[in-house]
Amino acid sequence: MQLYLPIAEVSVNAFLILGLGGIVGFLSGMFGVGGGFLITPLLFFIGVPPAVAVATGANQVVASSVSGVLAQLRRKGVDFTMGWVLLVGGIVGSGIGVWVFRLMTRAGQVDLFVQLSYVIFLGLIGAMMFQESLRSLLRARKPGAPIRRAHVHSWVHGLPFKMKFRASGLYISVIPPLLIGAAVGFLAAIMGVGGGFIMVPAMIYLLGMPTKVVIGTSLFQIIFVTAFTTVMHAVTSQTVDMLLALVLILGGVVGAQIGARVGVKLKAEQLRILLSLLVLAVSIRIAVDLLVKPSELYSVAGALP
Amino acid sequence: MIRLALLLLVLAVPAAAQEQIVAGLSQNRVSITADFEGSEILIYGAVKRDTPPPAGQGPLEVIVTVQGPSSPVTVRRKDRVAGIWLNNAQVRVDSAPSFYAVATTGPLTHILSDTENLRHGITIERVIRAVGITDEADQAGDFLVGLQRVRTQEGRYRVLQGKVELTEETLFRTDIELPANLTEGEYKVRLFLLRDKRVIAHQERVIGVRKEGLERWIFNLAQEEPLLYGLLSLVLAAVSGWGASAAFRLVRA
Repeated sequence: MQLYLPIAEVSVNAFLILGLGGIVGFLSGMFGVGGGFLITPLLFFIGVPPAVAVATGANQVVASSVSGVLAQLRRKGVDFTMGWVLLVGGIVGSGIGVWVFRLMTRAGQVDLFVQLSYVIFLGLIGAMMFQESLRSLLRARKPGAPIRRAHVHSWVHGLPFKMKFRASGLYISVIPPLLIGAAVGFLAAIMGVGGGFIMVPAMIYLLGMPTKVVIGTSLFQIIFVTAFTTVMHAVTSQTVDMLLALVLILGGVVGAQIGARVGVKLKAEQLRILLSLLVLAVSIRIAVDLLVKPSELYSVAGALP
Repeated sequence: MIRLALLLLVLAVPAAAQEQIVAGLSQNRVSITADFEGSEILIYGAVKRDTPPPAGQGPLEVIVTVQGPSSPVTVRRKDRVAGIWLNNAQVRVDSAPSFYAVATTGPLTHILSDTENLRHGITIERVIRAVGITDEADQAGDFLVGLQRVRTQEGRYRVLQGKVELTEETLFRTDIELPANLTEGEYKVRLFLLRDKRVIAHQERVIGVRKEGLERWIFNLAQEEPLLYGLLSLVLAAVSGWGASAAFRLVRA
């Protein structure tokens, strides 16, 4: 069934979009990532103009995150205190990110800048997570191996402004979460994603939060970041396609619910290894685009603003 | 009375145009609705003559063009810089149509002269307006070729040589397929009669392409009330997220 999208001005197969939304929703429910880093390149691929893909992708992420958070909430998987602290940092970082984005647009290399940040950050985080989770998976198989303590005291614990994060069972300074929130907000604004794929490993490895609350808390923060992005795009460039978003969302919300159930059944190490492979795959795909000679050197875009 | 006078006037100047076009379109408006899958328009007509076809001249040929709304575009070229393929040069084209189709009775080079092409702007090269692009990049002409190639691959630019059927040098017809990725606006249909590579008569018609129903409503809201539209999109997202969550809980319970 063909569907004509009023803002994107292209005709697409409705079932393809439904399936796309479903797959991304499934992954988002399972891993606690918003799925923006997947949905945006996939929409480019089926011919949706980049500006519309970025803005509409953000809108879709809002829906799958709401659905995911509600599923996590019932399992007490959301640390609201931590979520709010991350969000405060995130808004500051996002503001700086939007400013840098504008500077790069003026310099005329925003496409390359975005692609390079995808390759570098996805590649780095994917590789780190993969290595770490593989190691812990192997350790779990080997009986009698020394077990590493969950909370290792480091310089992070010596910082002032300590706060109790009851759901996470942490008593740490607010400075690290604020900085992480800001870094994620910055990257999110530049890459047009919610930032879950950065947030999840940062919470696990840098803050030492238990995996149980990581996904819900990450999704909670993503809702606000992507909601902000959606409204900004709608107001500044009118590139949010409501019809496209609606079909993506229909697939996405169902996928997110199934993903959350499947995620519970998998072990934390398995979950992390799968997420790291996914992140690496996207990073390699974009790197290949940059390195291999494209079949068509010319591209046509609407007039520059 | 006025019509009669006009008719007399037309009949009084047969020498200026011995052969004229009487044309028709299968439809003069196209509505883009949510299930729009493209559309085919039939362009047909007849050649009106007051005298027998002139002797000693070449055969009659017909060219039909359909042109979508034009807009300025930026054409970028990727180059390899430090091992990475990136957009390295760009050219701003003043005006390029979003859709352009040329249907003819025969090969364009055989039926149309360069001067007539230049005067009437018939082939796509003559329709794209790009003034002063030579200052913007080296080999600026390649960018225009690239633009045509990209849009041809997208099905936006078409050359349909020999696709106009001409019967007895009088009746002609052609079908032009409008793709699903249609841009809203006025589509200009031009018909040309040619003999000996020269245009002897031409006519213009317009097809209105408009979004209708839900498409219209969404598009207008996005343009006129962007903040409301953005917030509405959020509400839609939040409600469906919550709805799915609630529905799944019911299913499990």
